[in-house]
Amino acid sequence: MSISENHPHSILSVSGLASGYGNIPILSDISFAVADGEFVGILGHNGMGKTTLLRTLMGHICSTAGVALFNGCNLTTLVPEARAALGLGYVPQGRQIFPALSVWDNLKFAALSSGNEDDAKLAEVIDIFPRLKPLLSRQGGVLSGGEQQLLALARCLATTPRLILLDEPTEGIQPSIIEEIADTLKDIQKKHHMAFVLVEQNLEFIRALSERVLIMQKGCIVQELTSEDVIKTDLVHEFSGLA
Amino acid sequence: MDYIIVLILQVLYSVASLALVCAGLAVVFGMMRVINLAHGEFIMLGGFTTVLSANAGVPLMIAILVIAPLAVGIAGYLIERLVVRHLYGRMVDTMLATWGLSLLLVGLATMVFGNQVAGVAAPFGSVTIGAYGVSLYDVFVIGITIAVLVASYFVLAHTNLGLIARGAMQNPEMASSLGASPARIYSVTFTAGAALSGLAGGILAPLSGVVPTMGAAFVAKAFITVITGGASILTGTITASGILGGISTLTTFAINPVIGDVALLLTAIILLRFLPYGITGRFFRGAN
Repeated sequence: MSISENHPHSILSVSGLASGYGNIPILSDISFAVADGEFVGILGHNGMGKTTLLRTLMGHICSTAGVALFNGCNLTTLVPEARAALGLGYVPQGRQIFPALSVWDNLKFAALSSGNEDDAKLAEVIDIFPRLKPLLSRQGGVLSGGEQQLLALARCLATTPRLILLDEPTEGIQPSIIEEIADTLKDIQKKHHMAFVLVEQNLEFIRALSERVLIMQKGCIVQELTSEDVIKTDLVHEFSGLA
Repeated sequence: MDYIIVLILQVLYSVASLALVCAGLAVVFGMMRVINLAHGEFIMLGGFTTVLSANAGVPLMIAILVIAPLAVGIAGYLIERLVVRHLYGRMVDTMLATWGLSLLLVGLATMVFGNQVAGVAAPFGSVTIGAYGVSLYDVFVIGITIAVLVASYFVLAHTNLGLIARGAMQNPEMASSLGASPARIYSVTFTAGAALSGLAGGILAPLSGVVPTMGAAFVAKAFITVITGGASILTGTITASGILGGISTLTTFAINPVIGDVALLLTAIILLRFLPYGITGRFFRGAN
């Protein structure tokens, strides 16, 4: 699927999307599509608009032009909670877990917010993240960065999303947990046929997971790399700012 | 011995009535970070609702425990929808708007009821302890305050509604990303805070009488107590009410009510000097 192709099996189809902060435009004419169950990476230098794109898709920044269709519904007119109700999941940069709630309550909050009062779903989610099991009664704020990231992922899964927007999940995380996160995401994608849009600076991580990588420069998507292109180190380094 | 018992009852009554007056403000300020300068007028509305209902033949307990919180809760819901909702995240604007609302409510009440004290007789009578008479209504106030605080704790700590409210209070943007509606949660929270203020006004009406300007007498003490209590809504309200109400009452007994109020203020200043995040900001982090 190409950058702007609106495929009938697309779960997310973005066309001509623009947004910014106040009068300062950040994104312009963003177009891409994500197929159901596909893992798409987004790569770019710092300040190119990757996080702004995810925040715009989630509704935390208002779009100024364009359309984002999620499972056929136009997201741009919806508040974030309505987007979440459609099945759009979000794991933001910095995790943003609820620090004064226990791990269990963080998960329960997500399940309740998505209209699920059955604890069986939470038990399923905890089985995916066994490292969280002994931490259920601990406050979110006292967990390590890696544990918080696992909790943020688990909390997102508790809302039963169809597509997850992941913003730099490896930022400040120790390598052993990064591997665990990568393995878990692969498993989730396979078992639940879930789609992902991953913004990441960690090349190994994005290579290991993404089937396609979109390159962002100055608020625009300028190129799409196939999974084969992603292996070409020089090309990726040129766009990631690591060369 | 009789004097000690009466003194203890008076301290408990003062602490309870202070906690009761603070409860609505603590919920709104603690959970929404909205400084509601019309809090005192919500108490006044609860008082007038109780007096009017009782004078219209409604049993006094129904007027106090049902009609007053219900009426002020509805008023709070409308005020949140029409005024406060549009000002979230703009603390100074919210203060100005609720201050204006406070003046409006005082003006309207004065126009409708006149600038005179209205009241109802306190029920239950009194008992004698040695040479002293103790109003049973004071004991009722202590009991109902404990019941309100326990019920509030239960709702916040052990119900799904409380969990959603606590999460949304900590990070509204993330809460909305997970599917919770911060706007609806704020609406429910403000309505609940207004209803608690109405209940306080209803309970205090038989004791203090009701006058359009009565809110001013409560709002300053309530703010001082809530700020001194710190971030944890209930634990903060209870501990700050206990310390400030206790010191104020004992000083009042020992000297006079003016020095009692001065002692309350001085204690709050000293506590905030050494505990700038309030009592619970230092000792009870994460408590409800």
